[in-house]
Amino acid sequence: MRPFTYERAETADEALALHAGGDVHYLGGGTNLVDLMRLGVARPERLVDVTRLPFDRIETTGDGGLVIGAAVRNSDLAADRAVREHHPALAQAVLSGASGQIRNQATVGGNLLQRTRCSYFQNVTKPCNKREPGSGCPARDGEHHNHAILGHTANCVATHPSDMAVALLALDASVRIRGRAGERVIRLNDFYRLPGDDPARDTTLEPGDLVTAVEVPPLGMPSRYRKVRERASFAFALVSIAAALDVEDGTIRGCRVALGGVAHRPWRARRAEEALRGAPATETSYLRAAHAEMENAHPLRGNRYKVQLATNLIVRTLSGLGDGS
Amino acid sequence: MDSVNISGDPPVTAEITLVVNGTEHRLAVDTRASLLDVLRERLGLTGSKKGCDHGQCGACTIIVGGRRANGCLALAVAHDGAEIVTVEGLADGGELSPLQAAFVERDAFQCGYCTPGQLCAATALLDEAERGWPSVVTADVAAEPELDEDEIRERLSGNICRCGAYVNIVAAVQDAAARQGVAGRDEADARQGVAG
Amino acid sequence: MNGLERVEARDKVTGTARYAVEHPVEGAAYAVAVQATVGRGEIESVDTAAALALPSVLTVLSCENAPELRPVDDGELAVFQSRTVAYRGQLVAAVVAETPEAAQEAAALVRVRYTSGSPDVRLRPDHPGLYMPDEVNASFPTESAIGDPESALTRAAVQIDATYSTPAEHNNPMEPHATLAVWDDGGLTVYDSNQGASTVHATLAEIFDLDPDRVRVVSPHVGGGFGSKGTPRPNVVLASMLAREAGRPVKLAFTRQQMFATTGYRTPTIQRVRLGADADGRLTSIIHEAVEQSSTVREFAEQTVAVTRVMYQAPHRRTTHRLVRLDVPSPSWMRAPGETPGMWALESAMDELAVTAGIDPIELRVRNEPEREPESGLPWSSRNLVACLREGAERFGWASRDPMPCARREGRTLIGTGVASATYPAYRSPNRATARAEADGTFVIRVAAADIGTGARTALTMIAADALKTDPGRITVEIGDSSFPRASVAGGSSGTAGWGSAVFRACEALLPALDSPVPPEGVEASADTADEVKAQEKYARHAFGAQFVEVAVDIDTGEIRVPRMLGVFAAGRIINPVTARSQFIGGMTMGLGMALMEESTMDEEFGDYLNHDLAQYHVPVNADVRDVEAVWLDEEDPHLNPMGSKGIGEIGIVGAAAAVANAVHHATGVRVRDLPITPGRLLPLL
Repeated sequence: MRPFTYERAETADEALALHAGGDVHYLGGGTNLVDLMRLGVARPERLVDVTRLPFDRIETTGDGGLVIGAAVRNSDLAADRAVREHHPALAQAVLSGASGQIRNQATVGGNLLQRTRCSYFQNVTKPCNKREPGSGCPARDGEHHNHAILGHTANCVATHPSDMAVALLALDASVRIRGRAGERVIRLNDFYRLPGDDPARDTTLEPGDLVTAVEVPPLGMPSRYRKVRERASFAFALVSIAAALDVEDGTIRGCRVALGGVAHRPWRARRAEEALRGAPATETSYLRAAHAEMENAHPLRGNRYKVQLATNLIVRTLSGLGDGS
Repeated sequence: MDSVNISGDPPVTAEITLVVNGTEHRLAVDTRASLLDVLRERLGLTGSKKGCDHGQCGACTIIVGGRRANGCLALAVAHDGAEIVTVEGLADGGELSPLQAAFVERDAFQCGYCTPGQLCAATALLDEAERGWPSVVTADVAAEPELDEDEIRERLSGNICRCGAYVNIVAAVQDAAARQGVAGRDEADARQGVAG
Repeated sequence: MNGLERVEARDKVTGTARYAVEHPVEGAAYAVAVQATVGRGEIESVDTAAALALPSVLTVLSCENAPELRPVDDGELAVFQSRTVAYRGQLVAAVVAETPEAAQEAAALVRVRYTSGSPDVRLRPDHPGLYMPDEVNASFPTESAIGDPESALTRAAVQIDATYSTPAEHNNPMEPHATLAVWDDGGLTVYDSNQGASTVHATLAEIFDLDPDRVRVVSPHVGGGFGSKGTPRPNVVLASMLAREAGRPVKLAFTRQQMFATTGYRTPTIQRVRLGADADGRLTSIIHEAVEQSSTVREFAEQTVAVTRVMYQAPHRRTTHRLVRLDVPSPSWMRAPGETPGMWALESAMDELAVTAGIDPIELRVRNEPEREPESGLPWSSRNLVACLREGAERFGWASRDPMPCARREGRTLIGTGVASATYPAYRSPNRATARAEADGTFVIRVAAADIGTGARTALTMIAADALKTDPGRITVEIGDSSFPRASVAGGSSGTAGWGSAVFRACEALLPALDSPVPPEGVEASADTADEVKAQEKYARHAFGAQFVEVAVDIDTGEIRVPRMLGVFAAGRIINPVTARSQFIGGMTMGLGMALMEESTMDEEFGDYLNHDLAQYHVPVNADVRDVEAVWLDEEDPHLNPMGSKGIGEIGIVGAAAAVANAVHHATGVRVRDLPITPGRLLPLL
């Protein structure tokens, strides 16, 4: 790490002011940033600690909706009574990420902004377009068994590592942002981006933008999160799914499906959702929906299994939600 | 590849206070220093271990403000005023904590390098269970979890033991949970420690 | 059970046990190593200006200014002695600074320029560089042949011909390889993390051309090794060199990432196994051929197929090793080197034979039980494989098993069980020890042994108590210091037998002196077992065991869970049931990791192991490990050592991966021949 100055912001305005100029990073729990600094991937001149800003509360909107402060620790989010009752998929997603220690440290804002765990991205002695634009993507022809199958480009085949973001995406969450031009709210769906020709950018945030909260609207149907990984715990997803299903008289009235581990961003399975809406709540419908989503998949040489895995996860999770098992 | 910026900048230091195992320390730290390095290299508290320095093994687990945390990922400068408990602070004078005693009785370690982290993690885990925190293996995430074997395993999965003492660690945590009256004690005696 | 609680347990649970760089030494500086970023080539120049310009940086060493070292056999220890880069990640420079933070930053600022070529890093069975090493590890012959195995195979009623592979695997002890080096008046003391202080001591004296009396290696606690600390590693040489140059005590701990290139690993293997048997499953031919790799720096040829010379009867048989020197880091010992990958292949093939021949896999093994060691013809000192299989079958509930694959399904989960044999040689090395009686009725035992978590200190305490006919509480065993009597390395599961023999003999020698009152200055006796070991009768000495595994396979995801593992072992007399059980289940747990998740992925473009940390190289976490049980048979074997013990540190991993894979086959009907069995590998086959 290069030497850096450390500033602690007490208000959002102060944080924004401190962020101006040079290579400045906001510091939340630091669980990813400190990791990246030690790897040399991030080399900030200044850290602005935003953990003491007054964004450490979870407010309920009465109908099951939530406003989650960006400085809320992951463990507090998962332990929150309203989250567990109204949005079990969110609690499960948070709890399936990292370890108890890291969840105590990590913040909601930081979780949304964590970087890919692609081996090449994390190794400053190798090329990576995300870390060093224009240097190349060795993962595409190299080792990529846990890389993207959807929405990738020749520039980048990395996946987004967050579990929480997958659940939040399925829940139609929005992000409150304080920027230099004031406060704005953008849908999480518009917050994340695909690599395109600019894989260095994970999100649509502008420099200095500070995530202050996440808004989760009421859901009103059962939801769940399921994550498949290479060991039973403390590992990133191969593929994960957040899903919710509303069935009335055997017909699907509403549904949400989002996938993790398949793309540069948490992936909202819109095609699957379209295929499901109004369809009978049967395994045939679920399979048709999964196939509709995976039609666009472009697996790499070494991750074809993810198409099958994602397909099966969609069917299995929706079946479970459908029959309440 | 030349991705590293050349910088000859002098280190930046900051004055902080840490309360470690009840003792207050005032010290100037490099802003880059982790809590783990400050404990080990500045305060001589080498009980907390460095196994990976990236939050991937749990050997550095300490209890910060009542919560378990990876000392390697915590910048000391961001923890001014923090109350910290390390493995050196778990025993009450000469008397081992129930978890420490159970670890000894169950032979819940071999090389011992992950043990301080396991103990700090398990100490906090019992608190978390008392508070009714769920885990990803809790069948109904909205319900009060029972601290059974599966729950303990999941909740200690951030602490790698390469010697493979997990079976004994789980038994030890169950023993200590039973002694402390934490829910889920019934299985504690069901496991016999030693066969053969 | 009358086991003894680990004697250093209290130190370990209170955090007072000191590991290498934790020893309190005044004025220590911090070192960080720099690694090569090309896969092969020559160092053109090393620019240290930016690093040296940082405040608090004390010194930077590289091939351009390193002092000359005396050469030793292990080329990995010739730190900075050449401009040649043999593999990506090789040590090329190191910095010393006043603080860990400054040292890390300075290391990042060292600029090394190279001429580089494209590294040759892929192990393949048709590599033109494959050759036959003179011998393989532990001095086994590279090849063996009896009869005419090819013809016998062609004539066999049942034939198996299958190729199995294992990936590179890294030991990953929790404590990194680390050294605190201190020079004082031309003498060198290192606090080092190793599996044998005497070996490190001898190596340092040689490399630095020092009188052995001026070198001391102190290693009271070692945070695991699993073979990777069995030979001295570059860290101990580098730290010593840096401390001398800096004129300061120096702490050097490899980072976890660095360990993947600098501290050894299990070679990947490609193994072809051919078995021929008659209709009743009696083997007529066994052919086991292995292909493996080493670096260009050091020849390490694992004895992968040596174990096949021990296991089953067959009149016709052949085993071979072929090695290729690639531009890769040097492989070395990892828990049961040879036996572990060898038995993965052999015991998988035995299961395939059982399925093909329609014979119960336990019965198949029983039918092929040899009367003597099959290739040497030596008598067994004891062999209780069959008893282990039978005992395990009983405890595991094997009798009710439906041999048909895919027979048990619960919802979306397929359940299966599998079995495999285990074995490991009972080695014993010459050792020395002293036993001292104090006037207060206590005893001090000294031997330069290592306790890397094995429970050695505790077992030696019990052995001494037994020999001295006293209470273990009166005995203090002091180990992990090269100033103590010379000891063999903690390797080959030989510690208890080797060190224990010397301790036992030293205690025996002390006994007569105890007939009279102990004088105030105490009384001491010593022993050297060199002659005793040399005079051993010729026997085939091996421990045996049986591994039983139940798996649950999710048919939608390919996830495998292991609800039950049972190991039954026959390993002579078990000295300490408490720590022995931990050793067995620890080995089995590592075997579970080998079966399901451990894999170091070679980056074929750049030439290093890509997944070089504990987030990407998966070892089992607590949630992976459910009911793991180890039991053992009482085994009397008079041909071993004064304790009647065989080694137990490694046999727990042997056969475990095959038992898992055999259970996966039973559950799913899918035979996986390439480890590890990850969801990505298994799911497409379901």
